[in-house]
Amino acid sequence: MENVTQAIQGVPLNHYILLCTIIFSIGVIGVLIRRNAIVIFMSVELMLNAVNLLLTAFSVHHNDPSGQVFVFFIMALAAAEVAVGLAIIVMIFRNTNSTDVNILNKLKW
Amino acid sequence: MSISLFYFVAFLSIFFALMVIFAKNPVHSVLYLIVTFFTFTIHYILLNAQFLAIVNFIVYMGAIMVLFLFVLMLLNLNEGSVGSKSNLLKMIGVIAGMCLIITLVGSARVLNASEPLVLQTQDLGLVKNLGKVLFSKFLLPFEISSILLLSAMVGAVLLAKKDIKRV
Repeated sequence: MENVTQAIQGVPLNHYILLCTIIFSIGVIGVLIRRNAIVIFMSVELMLNAVNLLLTAFSVHHNDPSGQVFVFFIMALAAAEVAVGLAIIVMIFRNTNSTDVNILNKLKW
Repeated sequence: MSISLFYFVAFLSIFFALMVIFAKNPVHSVLYLIVTFFTFTIHYILLNAQFLAIVNFIVYMGAIMVLFLFVLMLLNLNEGSVGSKSNLLKMIGVIAGMCLIITLVGSARVLNASEPLVLQTQDLGLVKNLGKVLFSKFLLPFEISSILLLSAMVGAVLLAKKDIKRV
């Protein structure tokens, strides 16, 4: 374990910010370009995970365990969100026989 | 073990994240997402956040992804059932995402926080240390999150079951 953690000594904090920015933006692009509701949902998960990693990196940087406790809460929140969201997707599928978000345009301006 | 391990894992994360959003078949998307989360677990181990690594492994890869796969199996979606957006809309979406990257990277450059990450205390992310913080400083949010999970469970059951026949 000592060996593994030695590897991280020296990675600049900027590179963690850069990595998380790129992953978050990939999530945003996924939400924008896909029409399948489940894939959109997975992109949202990707965004949540990018923020989790950044919180952990800052927690290590500031030597403060609060950041990692926050990540734990975000994981609990994500689990609740996935349960409700997938139930909604199942209900949409039952009503429209598809998970295409373009069918659901009744409220669209 | 060298510093390049981080860059290798970071490259894998970005590569598989791109595969998630560009895979045609939703089942492949879920599988790529599982690999992406595995690379995130490696990142947590590199940061010596062992508790988060285990929780990420069990909760995300074990529970949430299985839930996704299970719903995909129940809905029986195949490749052609959901169409794709027009190329113009895809281009606009990608350009908007690139603008977001440029904005965030620009603001990170202004921050100028590029000192190397140093692990000051070895037991920062261990279960013992996190448990002490969780059950002293964050006791109330911890209890409230249990109510959140309960309400999510009730909501999921209520939404997913069939409508009760109204007489």
